[in-house]
Amino acid sequence: MDLSFDLLGNALVSGLLLGGFYAAVTIGVSISFGMLDIVNIAHPAFIILGSYTAYIANSVFGFDPILSSIVLLPAFYLLGMAIYHVYDVSFERRGDASIRGLAFFFGVLFITEVTLVLVFGVDYRLVDAPYVGPSLHFGVIDLPLRLLVPFLVSCALIGSLQLFMSYTFLGRAVQAVAQDPMALRLMGANPSKIKRIAFGLSIASCSVAGAILIIIQPVEPSIARDYIGRIFAICVMGGLGSFGGTIIAAVILGVMESLTSTFYGPSWSPAVAFGFLLITLAVRPSGLFGRT
Amino acid sequence: MRNAYFVLAALAVAVVTFAVARLIDNAYVFFAGYVVLQYIVLATAWNILGGFTGYVNFGTAAFFALGAYTTVVLHKTMPFLPLPAMMLVGGVVSGLIGLGMGYLTLRLRGTFFSIATLAMAVVAQTLITNWNFVGGSRGAYIIRPSDSPIFSGDYIQYLFVVMLALSVISVSLARAIQFSRLGFGFSAIRDDEGAAEASGVPTLKLKLIATALSGGLMGMAGAPLPYYVTYLDPASGFSLSYAVNTIAMPLIGGTATWLGPVIGAILLGTLQQVATVTISSALSLLLVGVLLVTFVIAAPKGIVGWFKK
Repeated sequence: MDLSFDLLGNALVSGLLLGGFYAAVTIGVSISFGMLDIVNIAHPAFIILGSYTAYIANSVFGFDPILSSIVLLPAFYLLGMAIYHVYDVSFERRGDASIRGLAFFFGVLFITEVTLVLVFGVDYRLVDAPYVGPSLHFGVIDLPLRLLVPFLVSCALIGSLQLFMSYTFLGRAVQAVAQDPMALRLMGANPSKIKRIAFGLSIASCSVAGAILIIIQPVEPSIARDYIGRIFAICVMGGLGSFGGTIIAAVILGVMESLTSTFYGPSWSPAVAFGFLLITLAVRPSGLFGRT
Repeated sequence: MRNAYFVLAALAVAVVTFAVARLIDNAYVFFAGYVVLQYIVLATAWNILGGFTGYVNFGTAAFFALGAYTTVVLHKTMPFLPLPAMMLVGGVVSGLIGLGMGYLTLRLRGTFFSIATLAMAVVAQTLITNWNFVGGSRGAYIIRPSDSPIFSGDYIQYLFVVMLALSVISVSLARAIQFSRLGFGFSAIRDDEGAAEASGVPTLKLKLIATALSGGLMGMAGAPLPYYVTYLDPASGFSLSYAVNTIAMPLIGGTATWLGPVIGAILLGTLQQVATVTISSALSLLLVGVLLVTFVIAAPKGIVGWFKK
């Protein structure tokens, strides 16, 4: 039984670290879907885009993937603002955001994926950094730096977003939009300007999330789809737009997936996220910690 | 009565289509035509839920592939069954899955239903990938019979006729629904679900009918697929391109009527067949994505909307 206890301990620890990473991947959707009510199903495609920009910075110029992703934040922020602008002009102002807005983002997801396939092919890509190989050891527990570094980066990302939301004027304005855009309009503020900034932030988070994704696993364009389910499962389970809920839901999912792939084999792990999502939607659609 | 005339007219068009295809007498025409017809069925089925009722289904590939895998199972256990019977079973399986999905999620906001359909596609794909009886991730081989069982000609001609018949059935069904009480109920839900519920429209029941019908037709469209491709693996059966195409076609043609998905499927389906042969299949997919985004932004009522002022 010693062996399986080791296995269990390692599965729990790597699940915990994986959960931290999932939280970083989801945080953008917690902003766009949870707070702004924009169903950006193309979000994972932008994360993969972030992976590829980190890959280029790393393999062509030899930069550190995480540092380069932080440098690229403004570019992703502008991309997000541009996409929101198109979305706002074409759908929100016409009051026709539901079906066509969804189809729009679905199209964007598909275009991004196919373009990446055309440019980079379907080969798996990797980055090279000093923390990709080694592990720390504590007794029987292994802590691969490949998972630990993304976990720490992810904590920093979510922490700084939380500070921004709670303590700055703009952050509070975003929360106001999330609570009641109509009331904001009555106060004479323009919600679409604030939403544009918030959506920019949500896409900007993809740069960092993409960089830590390509540190954790090799990336090819179509893995975006595996993340759609995980991201929305976590976002819904975490109660839409609550950062704390997102982290807890992400860790639960990470641990469940890690246990499943350790004890039943990795081919079953995609079903965990989606099964969870279906059960959450059927039983408690407001999320584990959401207000009903 | 008008429905009967429409079915007759649709049958006449189908007969002419088949006669022309026989006259050209080239196997490729049947192979390419089958795909276009399959998309007419898929787009029409999607539109019953998406266009009429206003609920976006991203899980076309799941319903479609479940129909296809039902055929694989039946082919292994009861190979004597004729293809139309297998299609019926495939339709029932997918319809029931649609009903179950709808029951779980349709009481929520529309977005949740859409996300859940994406989720369902991945769950179904994982189950099939891990199910060895139907080949698992290695895929399943099916030997296509060489001759058509009911008339003289190649088996692909038989598949073509079967799919032609299914398109006539689904388009007639969609048109009948559009002008019936059911269709009015659907559009009431699409326009304002709260108001519809308040005026006594049984919204949940109608949504479940739409989901089951739509899923069932998609399953029937998928059922002949194993005989068409002769090798079916989960990655190709559950390919995202089915979902994208099935959403793009009605939106490009126009979602409000039965005609929109048909126009969209014929245009986009033919365009893709041509682009795949002349340019490349990746570029033809990119084309679909770009057209989809362009149309939802620039022409929200689709091609049909251009002719209706």
